[in-house]
Amino acid sequence: MTAIPPAPSRPRLAVFKFASCDGCQLQLLDAQGRLLEIADRFTIDHFLEASSRDLPGPYDVGLVEGSISTPADVARIHEIRGQCRFLVTIGACATAGGIQALRNWASAADYAAAVYARPEYVATLATSTPIAAHVPVDFELRGCPIDVGQLVELLTAVVVGRRPRVAPHCVCVECKARGTVCVAVARGIPCLGPVTQAGCGGLCPACDRECFGCFGPGPQPNLVSLTGFYERHGTPRDRLVRLLRSFTPWADDFRTESDRLEAADAAANAEPRP
Amino acid sequence: MSCSAAIGPPQWLAKPDFQAVIDALVAAGHRVVGPRVAAGAIVLDDVACVADLPAGWLDDQDGGSYRLRRDEAAGCFDHVVGPHSLKNFLFPAREPVATFIRDGAGWREQPLVPDPAPLAVLGVRGCDLAALAIQDAVFLRADVADSTYRGRRAGLFIVAVNCRRAAATCFCHSMQCGPAAGPGFDLAVTEIDDRFAIEAGTTKGAALLAAVATRATLTPCTPADTAAVRDVPQALGRWMHSRQAMPGAAAPRSLDTTDIRDLLFGNLEHPHWAAIADRCLACGNCTLVCPTCFCHSVEDVPDLSGDRATLERRWASCFTLDHAHMHGGGPRPTTASRYRQWLTHKLAGWIDQFGTSGCTGCGRCITWCPVGIDLTAEVAAIRAADARP
Amino acid sequence: MNVFRVAPPPRSPWHGRPARLVDVEPEAPGVATYRFDCGGPFHFAPGQFNMLHLPGIGAAAISISSAPDAATVGHTVRAVGNVTHALARLRPGAGVFLRGPWGKPWPLDALCDRDVVLVAGGVGLASLRSAIVAVGRRRGDFGRIRLLVGGRAPADLLYAREYPAWVRADIDIRTIVDRPAAGWPGPAGLVTDLLAGLDFDPRRTSLLCCGPEPMMRAVAAAGRARGLAATDIFLSLERNMACAAGLCGLCQFGPTFVCRDGPVFSHDRIAPFLAVRHL
Repeated sequence: MTAIPPAPSRPRLAVFKFASCDGCQLQLLDAQGRLLEIADRFTIDHFLEASSRDLPGPYDVGLVEGSISTPADVARIHEIRGQCRFLVTIGACATAGGIQALRNWASAADYAAAVYARPEYVATLATSTPIAAHVPVDFELRGCPIDVGQLVELLTAVVVGRRPRVAPHCVCVECKARGTVCVAVARGIPCLGPVTQAGCGGLCPACDRECFGCFGPGPQPNLVSLTGFYERHGTPRDRLVRLLRSFTPWADDFRTESDRLEAADAAANAEPRP
Repeated sequence: MSCSAAIGPPQWLAKPDFQAVIDALVAAGHRVVGPRVAAGAIVLDDVACVADLPAGWLDDQDGGSYRLRRDEAAGCFDHVVGPHSLKNFLFPAREPVATFIRDGAGWREQPLVPDPAPLAVLGVRGCDLAALAIQDAVFLRADVADSTYRGRRAGLFIVAVNCRRAAATCFCHSMQCGPAAGPGFDLAVTEIDDRFAIEAGTTKGAALLAAVATRATLTPCTPADTAAVRDVPQALGRWMHSRQAMPGAAAPRSLDTTDIRDLLFGNLEHPHWAAIADRCLACGNCTLVCPTCFCHSVEDVPDLSGDRATLERRWASCFTLDHAHMHGGGPRPTTASRYRQWLTHKLAGWIDQFGTSGCTGCGRCITWCPVGIDLTAEVAAIRAADARP
Repeated sequence: MNVFRVAPPPRSPWHGRPARLVDVEPEAPGVATYRFDCGGPFHFAPGQFNMLHLPGIGAAAISISSAPDAATVGHTVRAVGNVTHALARLRPGAGVFLRGPWGKPWPLDALCDRDVVLVAGGVGLASLRSAIVAVGRRRGDFGRIRLLVGGRAPADLLYAREYPAWVRADIDIRTIVDRPAAGWPGPAGLVTDLLAGLDFDPRRTSLLCCGPEPMMRAVAAAGRARGLAATDIFLSLERNMACAAGLCGLCQFGPTFVCRDGPVFSHDRIAPFLAVRHL
C-alpha cells in the first residue's frame, strides 16, 4: 500500500463530468449538512454543476463522473489526470462504463443512425469504457449513484492522510447489518447482492427489490455458482443475462458471466428438439 | 433437554391473556420485542399486543429457501427461527464502543450514550437460548469488560418457547440445544390448543408472573397437565431423532458430532474444502445470521474536522478478505480456506476456546445461504471420506 | 495462591493509557523506534504487545521493544499501513493511547540455567530486543546466549548500535543478510544458514524466534531436525487484531487466539496448524 500524505490544510477539490446522468454529482450536492462540512474543509475550485466559480488546476483531489464515449473525452481525461494529484472516479459510469456500455454489445453507428437526423455530426466511440481504461486512477467509488457516506469517508481520509476504507465485501453484509430479510431466500427473487461490492448500505433489498449490481462485482465473485442456483430454481437464463447487464454490464466479472450464459442459452436453443 | 429448567410448576394462561405478560414487561420498563411477520419472513421487532404475534403463519425452510405460508391451525409460536436472533439486539451489527475528542495534542474520552431501555424478548427457542449462553461465554469474561454487551445482557428478560414444530433445517436435537427451552429463560411458554402453559425459570421471571397474576387469571396445572406440557417438546425431540418425514413436515437435518473436533482438525487438507468452494459465494451470510458468530472489527470513524473520533464496532465475517488482513495480504486468500476457517472454528476450535460447540443446530446458516450450502451435509461428506491416517 | 488477593477489575479492550510521544529514533529504512511516556511505570513482560491507538486513524498490534524497566515504552515499527504511516507523521508531544500490554510473553523464567538461541528476522528483532535486555540484566541465570539476526540488506539490521553492549553482556551475535551491500563483512544468505552452522546441545537449549512466518516455519523445522524438542522452541506469531483480548475473533489461528493464547507459542502447541497452507 502506498502512503497517502495528509492533504494541505485546505485542499483544492475539482469535480469533472464525462458521459453520465450527473446523478453522482447530485449526490454530492444532496449531501446537505455534510456538503457544508466538505466546503469548510476543501476549496471547491471546479464544480460546474454547483458553482460558476472555476479556477484552473492543479487540484489536490479530482472527482471524475462519467465514462469515456467520445474521442474528445479521451483527450480531456488525459489533461485532467495531469491536473489532479489524487484522481478519484465516482459512480458506475466512471468505474465500469455505466449503463451506456450496453452499446458495447451493439453497433454505435446503428444507434446513431436510428436516433439522429444527421448522424455524421455525432462523433462517438464504438464503446463506452471506464476512466481507468484510459488513465491511472488513484481510487474508485462505485455505485449508481455513489453513496454519500463513502464520499465523505473518502474526503475524510484525504484530510487525515489514510487510505479510504471501502469494505471488501458484498451487499449481503450490509443487508444483514440493517436487518433486511433476504429477497432471494424469502421470496425467490434473483438478486446480485452476494456477488456485488458493498457500499450502498443494502438499499434496494431494503425496498423489497433485488440488488441490480450497480456497485459492480465484489471481491472474488462466484457468479457461476449463484446463477446456477437461480437457474435450477426456475429463473430463465435470459432474465439472468438482463440482470447482469444493467448498471455495470461492462465490469469484467459481470460481462464474462452474461456472455457465458448467453452462449449457453444460444447453444441450448440451437439443439434440435426431440 | 429432557428435564425442565423451570423453578416452579407451569400455570395455564388463556392466549388473549398473554397481553398481561406484555403489559407487565412494559410496566417494568422493558422494550418488548418478539416475532412478527414482515417482508415475507418472521422477524424480531417491537411487539405491543398479542395480535402482533404471527398466529396462523408457518415457515417452510430449506437450503437457500424460506417461505411463509398461511395455516389457520398454527399457533403464535409454531414458526421456528427466522433471520434474526438475540445477537441482533445484544451484539448489534454496528455500535459505538468509545468516543474521543481532541484535547490539545492528545485526546480525551467522551462518555457513550447508554441504551434507552432494557430489552425483553418473546419467543426465544432452545437453540437461541443456547446461543445466548455461548455469546455470554465470549463477551462476559471476568478479565475483560465488554461494557456494551454486559449492560444490555444485565437488563435482558427472556420469554422462551418450547417448540412443537421443527423446520427441515433444524437440528437442535443433534447439538443437545433443544427442542425444549433449556436453562437461561426468565419465563417459558408451551402452546397447547387455545392456552399457554407458562412457567418461571428465574426469580425475576417468578416476580413478573406475580405481576401477571394481578392482570389476568393464572390456573395451576395438574400433575397430568404438567406431564402433557413437558411432553410437547419431548415428542418433537423424539420425532427429530427418528429422522422421519411426516405429512406436511420434511425430516429435519441432523449432525453426527462424534469426535467432531478431531475429525475436522484431522482433515484440514481434505479435498472436500475445495469442492465446497466451487459453490460457496464467500458472501458471509451464514456468519451474519449465525446467533453465535461473534467476530467483529473496530473502525476508527473520525468526523471531517478530524477533532472527534468514534470507535465503532461492526460485525465481521471470516468470509471477507479484510477479516484477517495483514500487510502483505491475509492468511486466507481462497474461499476454500475461509469456509474451512468458519466450519472448523464453529464445530471444532470453539470446543478448545470455550468448552462447547459454537453451533446450536438452529439451521439459519442453511436457510439463509443464497445457494443453500448445508453444513450438516458438508461435515457428513468429510466424515464419509475421512482422510486421517 | 494468595486467597486474599483481590481479582483485578476487568479491563476494557477499547480504552488505553494516554501516552505522549517523547522521541523517534530511525532504525532502518522505513523503520523507527517510537518512545512514549505514560506518565508512570508501564509494567509488561518481554514478548507482550500493545495496541497502539491513534484516534481517528486506527489501532495496530505492535510488540514492545523497550526494556521492561525503561522509563518510556518503546515500539519499533515499520511504516506499512494506515496506523503506522500516521505514526510516522506524529511529532514529539503528540498524544496516543497504549492499550495493553496483552498476550503471552517469552518464557524467560522457564529458561533459567539453559542455553538460549534467539533467532530474529527483520523487524522481528523488536519483540526479542526486550527479552535480550532483560536477559542481559540477569545474565548469570542463563547458560550460553546466542543471537542470530537475519535481514534483507545490512541497512535493515535493527539496533546495530546496541550490539557492543549486548556483546559485553556475553551475548554471541551473528548476522546474515539476503542482499549484501559492498563492504559487508558478514555472510550472505538466510538466518537458517546461521542456525545450520551453530553448535548447540539440543538437550539444554531453548530457541526463541520472531520474524516472518515462513522464516519461523523454517527455523522451527531446522531446530527440530537438530534435535530440539518442540516444547523448547518458541515462536511469536502475528495476526490481524482489533481488540487483543480474545473478543474480536480476527486473530484466530487454528483453535487459538493469537492475542490471548500467544503471540508467543511453544512449537508443540501450533506445529500441526503451522504446517497447513492458508490456515
